[in-house]
Amino acid sequence: MPDGRRGRGGRRGGGEARDARGSCVAAAAGAEEVAACAGGRGHSVLVSSHVKVKAGGPRRDPHLHPGLEVRLLRRQTKTTLEVSLLEKYPCSQFIIAVGNNAVAFLSAFVMNSGVWEEVGCAKLWNEWCRTTDTLHMSPSEAHCVFYHLKSTPSVILCQCSCYVAEDQQYQWLDKVFGSCPRKNMQVTVLTCRHVTDYKTSESTGSLPSPFLKALKTQNFRDPVCCSLLEQPNIVHDLPAAVLSHCQVWRLPAVLYLCYTDVMKLDLLTAAAFQPVLASRSLKGLAKNIPQSTEILKRLMTLNEVQSNIYT
Amino acid sequence: MFVPCGESDPDFSGCTLVLPAVSVGNVGQLAIDLIISTLNMSKIGYFYTDCLVPMVGNNPYATAEENSTELSINTEVYSLPSRKLVALQLRSIFIKYKSNSFCEKLLSWVKSSSFTRVIVLSSSHSYQRNDLQLRSTPFRYLLTPCMQKSVENKIKSLNWQEMEKTPCIPEMSDSDYCVRIPGGGITRALYEEGCSKEIYMAVLLKFVSEGDNVPDALGLAEYLNEWLQLIKPQSKDPAPPTLPWKIPSSWKLLFGSGLPPALF
Repeated sequence: MPDGRRGRGGRRGGGEARDARGSCVAAAAGAEEVAACAGGRGHSVLVSSHVKVKAGGPRRDPHLHPGLEVRLLRRQTKTTLEVSLLEKYPCSQFIIAVGNNAVAFLSAFVMNSGVWEEVGCAKLWNEWCRTTDTLHMSPSEAHCVFYHLKSTPSVILCQCSCYVAEDQQYQWLDKVFGSCPRKNMQVTVLTCRHVTDYKTSESTGSLPSPFLKALKTQNFRDPVCCSLLEQPNIVHDLPAAVLSHCQVWRLPAVLYLCYTDVMKLDLLTAAAFQPVLASRSLKGLAKNIPQSTEILKRLMTLNEVQSNIYT
Repeated sequence: MFVPCGESDPDFSGCTLVLPAVSVGNVGQLAIDLIISTLNMSKIGYFYTDCLVPMVGNNPYATAEENSTELSINTEVYSLPSRKLVALQLRSIFIKYKSNSFCEKLLSWVKSSSFTRVIVLSSSHSYQRNDLQLRSTPFRYLLTPCMQKSVENKIKSLNWQEMEKTPCIPEMSDSDYCVRIPGGGITRALYEEGCSKEIYMAVLLKFVSEGDNVPDALGLAEYLNEWLQLIKPQSKDPAPPTLPWKIPSSWKLLFGSGLPPALF
């Protein structure tokens, strides 16, 4: 088949070697161990406390250090949480943004009203992370931060701006949701995909991106804020892992997916999530929309690299 | 682990379990899609593990607006009580190092649920065929020893070809012979575990190449049908009778979205 993924999901030959990351040295174990091993794919690893990262980068070996792959830390400390996050913090509304545009949307429209207190963060490392020093990542670099609303602590929000690799997703679920299904909890997931991933009989070039699509679990009874994702389209990665967990354990959950042609931080893409503010889970949380739009614009300019081509 | 959709655990004793191996051309998975779609099997649960890459989508077998919004995940269990048939569908690939764990969990579920027999639908690289295999039918079967005893006569009457043993190390002239299924994913692991755990298991596979594997899937489903007689030909025409397979609604756009008209 011409490309790797289809409407049926993962249409790659079973017996063939995957083009994946492969087994590697656990960077989470410590820089010394990383340094001691030979890098794969012809990349060298310096014998020092830093790892020289080339295109492939250092790789993880889940056999060596499976327990250290995804660490859930108590807020602003280096100590790990002994139980899953939602066992420690009972939750009625769990809202998660995966990816920079969804994170920017929640920052500007939801976190800007009310007082949000950090309750924990999930640290993980994989080949997509930009930092190579996994032991000393500062809290501001922590990739998955969890907050609760001080006035209503059962509302928990997760800002996940990193990529959680496929062999870390179930671990993430376990550390956040735990093994016992949480009853009385509604889950909302926001994320983006590139519009070329959207399958339609017309050409994707003619689609009015960005546009929103939704997927909901069987137990989700509220109205959705946009049309549902039609077959043969599917969703992967952490949003799919979260939704699968909710479907199996009969939790009401909804995923709002923004198809966009700009995957980097973009005003139009982040703003495309606005219809979601009408949903039951977010309605009471977004108070000042005009101010939020300004905040969003500021977030965009902060991240823009100034072009000096004409100066 | 198996998680039922409903409140109670269904009773699988006496049932036949059919499942695909994620293999070359995804032929086994496509064939299971055809079986579920044609027989209108209903979803009864999930086989939820941490072994397969997560994925979700709406109902791939939707026939109308009403049933198109049921969420589907990567491993689901369907059943047809009237034929005591249960199908497990796998919709994504294994996470690295997790395929053996999956085989163990699956076979332990098979044993504890008292399935009568397990049929694995799979495929193997057609370019790995030897000269004899090139000249014969592309379909093969394998039976675990206990299964052999129970269905020997039926298989003989079908005139099927057993999967040949080939050199374990093809490049070595004095290599031992064993069953090799290149491109078969977990097929061989499942078969060998099935032999050692005395599970009534059959493997049905086809030699295929990657490409448009829909005809291969139809072929494999018909191969299975020769044995299980799940559907009967509908055409009144004596020759050649066609089986009324129902193509699932999710099989559209298998080769991607529509093309921009400006391309031409």
